[in-house]
Amino acid sequence: MARLCIEANYYLGSDVIRAFERSREEESSLTGRDILKQLLLNAKIAADDRVPMCQDTGFAVVFLDLGQGVRIEGGSLYDAVNEGVRKGYTEGFLRKSIVGHPLKRINTGDNTPAVIHTRVVPGDSLKITVAPKGGGSENMSAIRMLKPAEGLDGVKKFVLETVKTAGPNPCPPIVVGVGIGGTFEKCALLAKEALIRELGRPSPLPEIAALEKDLLDEINSLGIGPQGLGGRTTALAVHIEIYPCHIASLPVAVNINCHAARHKEAVL
Amino acid sequence: MPKIKLTTPLNDETVENLRIGQKVLLNGVLYTGRDAAHKKMIELLDQGKPLPFEIKGQVIYYVGPSPAKPGQIIGSAGPTTSGRMDAYAPRLIALGLKGMIGKGKRSPDVVRAIRQYKSVYFAAVGGAAALISRSIKKCRVIAYPELGPEAVYELCVENFPVIVANDTLGGDLYEEGVKIYATK
Ligand code: SF4
Repeated sequence: MARLCIEANYYLGSDVIRAFERSREEESSLTGRDILKQLLLNAKIAADDRVPMCQDTGFAVVFLDLGQGVRIEGGSLYDAVNEGVRKGYTEGFLRKSIVGHPLKRINTGDNTPAVIHTRVVPGDSLKITVAPKGGGSENMSAIRMLKPAEGLDGVKKFVLETVKTAGPNPCPPIVVGVGIGGTFEKCALLAKEALIRELGRPSPLPEIAALEKDLLDEINSLGIGPQGLGGRTTALAVHIEIYPCHIASLPVAVNINCHAARHKEAVL
Repeated sequence: MPKIKLTTPLNDETVENLRIGQKVLLNGVLYTGRDAAHKKMIELLDQGKPLPFEIKGQVIYYVGPSPAKPGQIIGSAGPTTSGRMDAYAPRLIALGLKGMIGKGKRSPDVVRAIRQYKSVYFAAVGGAAALISRSIKKCRVIAYPELGPEAVYELCVENFPVIVANDTLGGDLYEEGVKIYATK
């Protein structure tokens, strides 16, 4: 657990690095190209020096895929997760960015508690995914309950509007996680799950994969560019997850991730 | 585009020659501050007390670094969102603050103050924190140590990479850069 927190913050995934390289070649803005070059160099320095790629080492968002054959002994699983976060953020010299009460706002000092999502799955193993989430990009995320009549156009409009409003704040180039369907809370979770998919791997559903591609093109025509200073590369990818929904609803959630698209997983 | 090398403190003339989109390498001293430190500094001014450092000609970097590892001068230290300092910045600019470094757009009030009092806003690359840290050569806390990463630090920097985002002519790269590349 502690190791996953540390590694997620020191080592940027090769999928993200490849996306930077590709974008740098396609970027027409000189400033944009220079910024992408700096981000590639930054990822290398972070890995070589074993330091966080970004000072905001995030909220520890943890997905537990718990095999139903697994029996947890000797204490609480969630306590163990939080102990791992505490250890990782302390020993890895990661920034502690969590306040214990949203209104009193006193730092907990060890980056706990984590936000933990548990999914029970068939099998005898436990898969842990740690996805540290920065504040800058989380703050620009949004959810809206559309009318079913607004349909596909309504969904697109809302995603584009959210990315446009976010502008430079989530440190573009960004990754856009979209949830469509479910209930209010399910939809938000779908958007978060969309972010931990391998970067740029399309949805297995052909019509959703087409929508992902469409939205990526439209987002990259907005002109926001790297760091919001103008250019083509506003987003590296759009990932969409869907779920059935009520006849009266069409929820859409947009969870924005910055280019520090961090996640690491391990199977126990 | 050639990079311009500047050494702090900055004067009116230097700042007036800067234009949006220019790449600048900063050298000399920078002071750090986030929301909490800004709030405290404004309280000092309200009480008629001096700021923890002489602000004339200086540059403030909006940053809250990660903890330094043993042997490191400072942890990773990329810019934070500047908008949170917008409420405080015009007052400091009027007192002679010549530059700010952060990420993201500034409010119309800040853009106006930059123009009126001749200051500049530099964008640093958000998330390029490990890279930026390498240009920081010295670091010491000069005020509010109780704020931890939000304390005011005095940094000595060499070739700290930034881009001019708001200049004394009222130019705003966040507006104009996007306009150039928008195709719809
Ligand atoms: S939005 Fe991401 S890259 Fe930008 S400062 Fe926050 S964590 Fe770092």
